Amino acid sequence: MLASLGLILLCQLIGEAVARGLGLPLPGPVLGLLLLLMLLLARDRFKLLALGPLGNAGVETAGKGLLSHLSLLFVPAGVGVVQELDLLASHGIAIILVLALSVVITLLATVLTFRLVSRLLRQQDAR
Amino acid sequence: MSQSFEHLWRPLATAPLVWLVVTLGAYFLGRAMQRACKGSALVSPVLIAIILVATVVLATGTDYRTYFAGAQFINFLLGPATIALAIPLARNIRLVRENLHSIGLALLAGSVTSIVTGVGIVWLLGGSRTVALSIAPKAVTTPIAMAVSEQIGGIPALTAAFAIIGGIVAAMAGRQLLGQMRIHDGRAHGLAAGVAGSGVAAAQVSVQGNLAAAFAGLGIALNGALTALIIPLIIHLWC
Repeated sequence: MLASLGLILLCQLIGEAVARGLGLPLPGPVLGLLLLLMLLLARDRFKLLALGPLGNAGVETAGKGLLSHLSLLFVPAGVGVVQELDLLASHGIAIILVLALSVVITLLATVLTFRLVSRLLRQQDAR
Repeated sequence: MSQSFEHLWRPLATAPLVWLVVTLGAYFLGRAMQRACKGSALVSPVLIAIILVATVVLATGTDYRTYFAGAQFINFLLGPATIALAIPLARNIRLVRENLHSIGLALLAGSVTSIVTGVGIVWLLGGSRTVALSIAPKAVTTPIAMAVSEQIGGIPALTAAFAIIGGIVAAMAGRQLLGQMRIHDGRAHGLAAGVAGSGVAAAQVSVQGNLAAAFAGLGIALNGALTALIIPLIIHLWC
């Protein structure tokens, strides 16, 4: 468990270091995610790599623990709105309106594109 | 009475322990309330927890920095949790390969739509440049959104608030809206929740089953990477 958490933190650290060191326009956590993904895919292909936290579902168990209460982790940053109460009080309704509109349009764009492309590909396969 | 309370409260309020317990307690209260309402998406545990904690912080006259000094231990876990999204992604890599084109194009559509509509509507309403920049990465999972916001000149705390409110809206509206359109495809539900509402909406969609949860994880992870790449580009073109 501890080794698995260590591996996740190591991926995060390398991601941060590479992003900063090379001045990449990508945030550190994204690079860390891609790094862990590559490690996991490499392990699934080459059984030799299934050692320590990568073997025996070690990192999977630690990740499940972290992700099962994902929404709790948003609370401290969310409480940060107390610093922006002025802005929310004066423009709160407009902000919620913008967010609601933007989110609904985004939901629709994602779902409809996914369905359209899936359907087109199926038709192509059938032909 | 109030004086002895002061004596007890003062040293405690500046220590991390109190704020960790308050945050955890508020979250579990939020979860209990959602369970009492039969898991309704309209009762959001995150929203309840944020309102409860913010009320305590304001009522006790605590500085946000003091609160955060304690709660940062929970906040810190957001980073590792983001890295851990690689795990469902790796497990479902076959699904990604099978649906590569639909996922890729839907992702691109969702990501660009979210940035353009967010920034565009703020601009139309005459909002400030800082608010527009802070809203651009709102659909991405909070730690990535905050990092992107800082990079492009937004206010990370404001971005976090937008990301969380947006996620709550996506969780509340998503199921109802898609249900009314007679879309019952778990893959589409999950992906859209992950792309439009990141972790907050994904937590809600996970109850719909493994397929929806896997696609929500995919949506969060891939959208995080994609949006982080294209936002600096779009902002660069726009300014």
